[in-house]
Amino acid sequence: MSGLKRGGAAIVGAAESDLGQVGPGFNVIDLMAQGITRALDDCGLGVKDVDGLICASTQSRTSGLNLSEYLGISPAYIDTTIIGGSSFMFHVGHALAAIQLGLCNVAVIAYGSTQRSVGRQQASVREVNPYETPYRPFLPSTAYALAASRHMHEFGTTREQMAAVAVAAREWALKNPVAWEKKPLTVGEVLGARMVSYPFTVRDVCLVTDGGGAIVLVSPERAKSLKKPPVYVLGQGQAITHANISSMPDLTVTGALASGKQAYAMAGLAAKDIDVVELYDAFTINTILFLEDLGFCKKGEGGSFVEGGRIAPGGALPVNTNGGGLSYCHPGMYGLFLLIEAVRQLRGECGERQVNGAETAIAHGNGGVLSSQSTVILGTEATV
Amino acid sequence: MAESPLAVYQAHLDKGELAYQWSKAAGRAVFYPRVVCPYSGSTDLEWRVASGLGTVYATTVTHPFQGEGYNIALIDCDEGFRLMGRVEEIDPMAVKIGMRVRFRIHPASGDQPAYPVFSPIEGAR
Repeated sequence: MSGLKRGGAAIVGAAESDLGQVGPGFNVIDLMAQGITRALDDCGLGVKDVDGLICASTQSRTSGLNLSEYLGISPAYIDTTIIGGSSFMFHVGHALAAIQLGLCNVAVIAYGSTQRSVGRQQASVREVNPYETPYRPFLPSTAYALAASRHMHEFGTTREQMAAVAVAAREWALKNPVAWEKKPLTVGEVLGARMVSYPFTVRDVCLVTDGGGAIVLVSPERAKSLKKPPVYVLGQGQAITHANISSMPDLTVTGALASGKQAYAMAGLAAKDIDVVELYDAFTINTILFLEDLGFCKKGEGGSFVEGGRIAPGGALPVNTNGGGLSYCHPGMYGLFLLIEAVRQLRGECGERQVNGAETAIAHGNGGVLSSQSTVILGTEATV
Repeated sequence: MAESPLAVYQAHLDKGELAYQWSKAAGRAVFYPRVVCPYSGSTDLEWRVASGLGTVYATTVTHPFQGEGYNIALIDCDEGFRLMGRVEEIDPMAVKIGMRVRFRIHPASGDQPAYPVFSPIEGAR
């Protein structure tokens, strides 16, 4: 029971900053500000209208402070919750609450990362865990590989099925002009690529890119007077199950089960009602786990579900229509980009990759090593 | 001055023992060692020494940019707690889920204190 109101806020602006490899000297606050100004342009608001500032970064310890100074604002509401790549779905819940309670009127959620330009080691400080570090896990890959091993053992999921996730993502990416990857990919190429942590090759693993972006949220009343059709927050849910992979209760069941249930209950919808599915695909196993835990197929059947192009362009269920973290972009914490793509799909702005007549979308964020999960369900005016 | 949970755990390892905590309130093992039981909220945690026997719960072989791949596994110890470990004395790809393993000490070297590793139990299932 969350107390959040279905449709209590709408996303009215959404934009990416520059992606891929940004120019030398750009820092994460530059990218956040670029995303914010573009997202505000998208809805016809300005920087001085922003009174709710929400952001997260691994490269700026006090990003909320730095971003406020940079924009020249003193926000009435500020939140810098950081719990991995799902932070931005948690932020949507917080923005919804803040708008509902009148703590702010125009909330922006922003992200930026220059991890490709500065290197992963610089972008994210490695924390020592005396119970894991001696074994030299390559995190997060090793942790997700352990989860994949368990899924393969319990359900017979195959490397080929996981590769099908990467291939589907690539097919979508080829329809997205700003996607990092530009060439087709086959199952054989995924299996034959450099091994990172068995069963994953480098093609089972998300990209390392720069990038940022922002979304703008306002009350449903305010939303009606802005430039673009509002996209309403119909549901939001969240769950934290652990921090380190050695403490995850069951490696085949994620917190998406709980976060999805909450979000569906708030939205009054079920998996069968969702037109577009955006899932945090840091690794190929993620897509399979989240399809199961969010109810698109039964537990253990995710592997066979993704076979035969079912989640690829032209398949029965459109999943990760921007090309995903596997082929579009993945600047460290990817959650915000799922929300941006879901908004664009519901506005019908996606060109060649547009899902026709999309009225509802799910954007599911994952953080840490399957540690923090948050589900956001969005809908058009017709769904409110 | 109180001894930290890590210091007590490490002192056991230095004696060749794998220690864990027992929560009376929850009636179950707690690992990694800490100052409060995550199942009950109780601070009454008793130190125990494990038998060192366990079963592989999950396994992977991680490949560094240079050098050979090495095993990383999650081990379910018979006392009911799970920890990360490495199964040695066997090809890392031959480590299988469900395999019975026994704890031993990887001795301290340089800045790295002693830590637990595992070996397959011959013929066991």
